[in-house]
Amino acid sequence: MSARALIVLAVIGSAVVASAVAVVYARQETRRHFVSLSKLEAQRDELNIEFGQLQLEQATWADTARVEQVARGDLGMVFPAPTETRVIRR
Amino acid sequence: MTRRREPTIGRVDARELPSMRADARVGGAVRIDPKPAPKRPGSAPTVNLKARLYGLAMLLALASTALVVRAVDLQVVRKDFYQDQGDQRFLRDKLVPVSRGMITDRNGEPLAVSTPVVSIWAAPAELLAQKARLGELARALAVDPEVLEQRLAQRADKEFVYLRRRMAPDAAQRIMDLAIPGVNAQREFRRYYPAGEMTAHVLGFTNIDDRGQEGLELAFDEWLAGKSGVKRVIQNRRGEVVENVELVSEPQPGRDLRLTIDRRVQYLAYRELKAAMNEHGATSGSVVIVDIPTGEILAMVNWPSYNPNAPATGDANARRNRAVTDVFEPGSVIKAFTVAAGLESGKFTTESTIDTTPGTLLVANHIVRDTNNYGVVDLTKLLAKSSNVGATKVAFQLSNDHLYDMFHRFGFGEATGCGFPGESPGVLPAANGWGQLEKATLSYGYGLSVTPLQLAQAYAGLANDGRVRSPTFVFGAANGDSAVLDPTISRTVVGMLEHVIQPGGTGIKAAVPNYRVAGKTGTSRKAVPGGYQSRYISVFAGVVPASHPRLAGVVVVNDPRGAAYYGGLVAAPVFGHVMTDALRLLDVPPDDFKMLQADTRLALPPPAPSPEAAAFAEGVQP
Repeated sequence: MSARALIVLAVIGSAVVASAVAVVYARQETRRHFVSLSKLEAQRDELNIEFGQLQLEQATWADTARVEQVARGDLGMVFPAPTETRVIRR
Repeated sequence: MTRRREPTIGRVDARELPSMRADARVGGAVRIDPKPAPKRPGSAPTVNLKARLYGLAMLLALASTALVVRAVDLQVVRKDFYQDQGDQRFLRDKLVPVSRGMITDRNGEPLAVSTPVVSIWAAPAELLAQKARLGELARALAVDPEVLEQRLAQRADKEFVYLRRRMAPDAAQRIMDLAIPGVNAQREFRRYYPAGEMTAHVLGFTNIDDRGQEGLELAFDEWLAGKSGVKRVIQNRRGEVVENVELVSEPQPGRDLRLTIDRRVQYLAYRELKAAMNEHGATSGSVVIVDIPTGEILAMVNWPSYNPNAPATGDANARRNRAVTDVFEPGSVIKAFTVAAGLESGKFTTESTIDTTPGTLLVANHIVRDTNNYGVVDLTKLLAKSSNVGATKVAFQLSNDHLYDMFHRFGFGEATGCGFPGESPGVLPAANGWGQLEKATLSYGYGLSVTPLQLAQAYAGLANDGRVRSPTFVFGAANGDSAVLDPTISRTVVGMLEHVIQPGGTGIKAAVPNYRVAGKTGTSRKAVPGGYQSRYISVFAGVVPASHPRLAGVVVVNDPRGAAYYGGLVAAPVFGHVMTDALRLLDVPPDDFKMLQADTRLALPPPAPSPEAAAFAEGVQP
């Protein structure tokens, strides 16, 4: 076996080892990223849940019937009669 | 043998027995050597060795062939089976649930929202192995432990059983925190309708699997639902996802749907309709309000209604969107179109007079009656007083085809094309089958049946310079319109209809302060098999502001039981009340401005400016 062949063999051998290590590393990275992806997805879902609930809550508070009841009942508001209305022309 | 320290003569060491025997057989006699020769040239043992070698080689060859065969069998022939078995143990296809799109009103207010809920399910066999913890689980689920165990035992051969569906996420989390093997959580979505019964008929509802069952939820199910995706994952023994393998199909979240409904107008309509229902003891009713320039449905309410958040409860009859599915004989509100046909024929003008004396007319042995004898009337008074005799006399001057055509052009007898599921097309009998009596009754609204939405479409078309447009529920999806009546004639008819709301007309209670209203009342006897009974349907159809029509509204009150049953007394006030607030909400400029100014001058001296008002005047110019 010539020296050159030996060198080639050594290079190829070390390349194989290096790529094997790289595969292991990539695999590890994948897992790590997957874990963080799952976490972020869970977080997103949580936020969506909260958003939906807040939307519902807002819609409930802003319910037209409730607004009217508060305006007329608690605040004693009335709608101005036609005689009390003025039309401003611009 | 090499270990032997001293030669043994005449004695056979047990340890060297086999070779001794072999030697004996070969040599024919026992040769006693002081030392066994380390190398023994001779053919006999070599042959023997070869045979053994062959034997061994054969054996090994057979064995390795067997291995190869087995390997091929496993890896090639039965690969699919084993791959499959392997995958089944750790590969899982998981559904990626998507939420159903939101339904909003025209201003983006939510009308139907999906929020996540959690369904708890179990693998019965796995859970039954944990009998000790069943009590704990039953308590968390708020069910009887025995019932739970029985349920699990019944389904012991299954792999999946729901323990409880659609729990609030935090309650479900408490169950999952117990960490009982075999108990799993699955996220689902549940529909909430913040506006409740007010929008129930239009929106409809979804079933437990979040698919639309009624109304627009059904009509736009595909659009709203989206498509849940599938991802393939690797799971470990405990069912935890270790790795995502691939996305088998991309999840498509449901799209939002923006309706033309205005929640505030919808509320007004519902409030006023409900009040009228209670006041008159009616059995059902509908209000439809359409935006005239676009054909958008701003409000559509019915009574009785139901709570769409719990659709299983309540009467199934209350779930019908009567404004679209139920037909009725419209009665006098149809006269506007009879008069329009009269004007179009050229046989009548605004100056033409019709003698309705004595308030009755004999047609084919049947008497057409007016409430009073109105004498000689013009077309305006015919409408204002709602004279059946007058309408009949107009119709008799027209051909069957012309009258039919006029009704048909305005959409009667045909579904409106709004896309609502279960829409009724109504009934408009073909012109060639009309006798004199049919023609007479059709001219004042009997013998044909329409839905409230059809009526709203027709009035909107009349007020839109004779251009009819299919109503729509979807914001920004206005349908095209088609001209069906000369604009001059339609404006003339709208002008005549204003007199209905003025003193002396039947619809005075539909008046809206500061706005001119054009409309028509109707009161029809309810048809029952074999004739008509003394039950009524009160109708009002109108447009406002009359000078530049923006809103068309139809109010139908079915079977008012009180003393009042005329459309002008039951349905017209509802129209007036709803429109008063709706016009303000929608910023429609008043068109009865002179009256308004006169009123303010007379009744209201300029108020002393309050400090706030002064600040307002100085600070901001509105």
